[in-house]
Amino acid sequence: MMKNCEYQQIDPRALAVSPSSAQNHTEKKARRPRRKWEAFPGKNRFFCNGRIILARQSGVLPLTLGLIVVTCGLFFAFDCPFLVDHLTVFIPVIGGVLFVFVVISLLRTSFTDPGILPRATPDEAADIEKQIDTSGSSTYRPPPRTKEILINQQVVKLKYCFTCKMFRPPRTSHCSLCDNCVERFDHHCPWVGNCVGKRNYRFFYSFIISLSFLTSFIFGCVITHITLLIIEMLSFLDSSSCTVVELVICFFSIWSILGLSGFHTYLVASNLTTNEDIKGSWSSKRGSDDSGNPYSYNSIITNCCVTLCGPMPPSLIDRRGFLPPNEAVPAASVSEIELPPFVAKNDAHMCTQSTKDVLERVVHSSDFHGLCPPSTPKTTPLGPEIFSIAAPSTEPSPSAGCTRQHAHQSAATTCPLFTKSSKRDSLHSINPAFRLASPSPSLSRVTLILGDAPDIGFIPLP
Amino acid sequence: MAETHSLQDMRQQAAVAAKVFIQRDYTNGTVCQFQTKFPSDLETRIDKQQFEETVRTLNNLYAEAEKLGSQSYIEGCLACLTAYTVFLCMETHYEKVLKKIAKFVQEQNDKIYAPRGLLLTDPIERGLRVIEVTIFEDRSLTR
Repeated sequence: MMKNCEYQQIDPRALAVSPSSAQNHTEKKARRPRRKWEAFPGKNRFFCNGRIILARQSGVLPLTLGLIVVTCGLFFAFDCPFLVDHLTVFIPVIGGVLFVFVVISLLRTSFTDPGILPRATPDEAADIEKQIDTSGSSTYRPPPRTKEILINQQVVKLKYCFTCKMFRPPRTSHCSLCDNCVERFDHHCPWVGNCVGKRNYRFFYSFIISLSFLTSFIFGCVITHITLLIIEMLSFLDSSSCTVVELVICFFSIWSILGLSGFHTYLVASNLTTNEDIKGSWSSKRGSDDSGNPYSYNSIITNCCVTLCGPMPPSLIDRRGFLPPNEAVPAASVSEIELPPFVAKNDAHMCTQSTKDVLERVVHSSDFHGLCPPSTPKTTPLGPEIFSIAAPSTEPSPSAGCTRQHAHQSAATTCPLFTKSSKRDSLHSINPAFRLASPSPSLSRVTLILGDAPDIGFIPLP
Repeated sequence: MAETHSLQDMRQQAAVAAKVFIQRDYTNGTVCQFQTKFPSDLETRIDKQQFEETVRTLNNLYAEAEKLGSQSYIEGCLACLTAYTVFLCMETHYEKVLKKIAKFVQEQNDKIYAPRGLLLTDPIERGLRVIEVTIFEDRSLTR
């Protein structure tokens, strides 16, 4: 049955090293092997040689940490001595435990990979392109890039991500601030300076719950302190100015933090993400338990256990792995340029064959000619962009966190400035027109291979 | 360079003819499962039963990793109580199963796929999105 190939067994382990490494081996020895985080295409920052990951815009994380540390510092310095004398020694102990828990949860949320999906390799992307083109429906419009699947007898639409070049798995969303697809995307939290997704949602939840307890605890202690002071008729203004500061901070944070905790408790109990709740993906027309959510286990306890105590998924991006030698080429992978550096790397290594196929199809397809005015055949390299314009635009995921807050009237203070910049960023990184606006040398190399295409020049887009 | 018939030469001559991608199967939700449908490109290379058996075993292994049993709950609660610092010293259940999967993939490659000129890539290297099967050209090597 097995075809008698004159093919000798190849050692798969040896195949893991690329053929060119044999020649470049001595050169590579001199060059330090680079780790994968150094060539990571998303907008993230890495510390401790890839062990710690943060969003590029750390947002308000220093402020969050500062507020927590300062408030607790004032509490331990000014309230605790008084309360230990008048009440019990356990007050600073409880406060200390809560404080440690809050800080650790916060740091875990901020520094953990939220569940970033690595971008599709060029071969995968080409394979998906092939499947989209051959799936029929060649009308005068390019096919919409969505795929419908059945999950637990419910129809779910999977969208195609143009940045990561793959169909997003269910519950995955692309964060334009971090320029990554994140699994079970909840929201991008500026307070924490990172996205909240599958891998760090439990840390985020424990952070806000413990912060609620800490804030309530400090608030209670401060009220007690002031009350006792008034009762004992001690000088109110001298020693309690710091107490008043704490009172003010706690009073304002308590409403927002408690509201946020309540909201996320509801989300955990119904196995929803903030993103889905905002968009009303599974808005129930029937009873609350049997909502249209196909991921819910229809039991509050099971949902809580699954979300918070489920198995810890591994990081998919392998930050500390070493790059294979033939990918250690990219020039601008870690710099601060606005254009996604992944495009430069991608072009350099894209299978020339598959690129040529894709571009040829675009040139010869009737869709293309029908859609574009006659002068545009010159803009062949902009072919892929047509699909993105026709496809429905991606959702504003980073503003989800803020609009949620507005919608539920929790804290209203944080968001307006943030939303503006996030919209600008989302336009900038999602629109492939920006990527193609500056001629990348490798793309022009590829176009030269298309012998039959006319003078192809780049038309810089506005 | 002197002509050698070493493994490196064979590698250089082993050109990649095609790559087949087995996509994820989401009918049961977001758990990691792969489609067991046999791709047509592999028809000439490998037995359908064999291939489906491999994919089914992989699916079972991933299901075991993501199983919601008492062990995972205990691990989760313990982690929560220690403010998740326990993960810095202990390997999670998922990671242990991933190691098992890596060993399984390598074993399958050694025994079944390499003799047929195929190579399975561990899905974790592709972000658990696809199982990549590399098909090498069926070229006779001259000696």
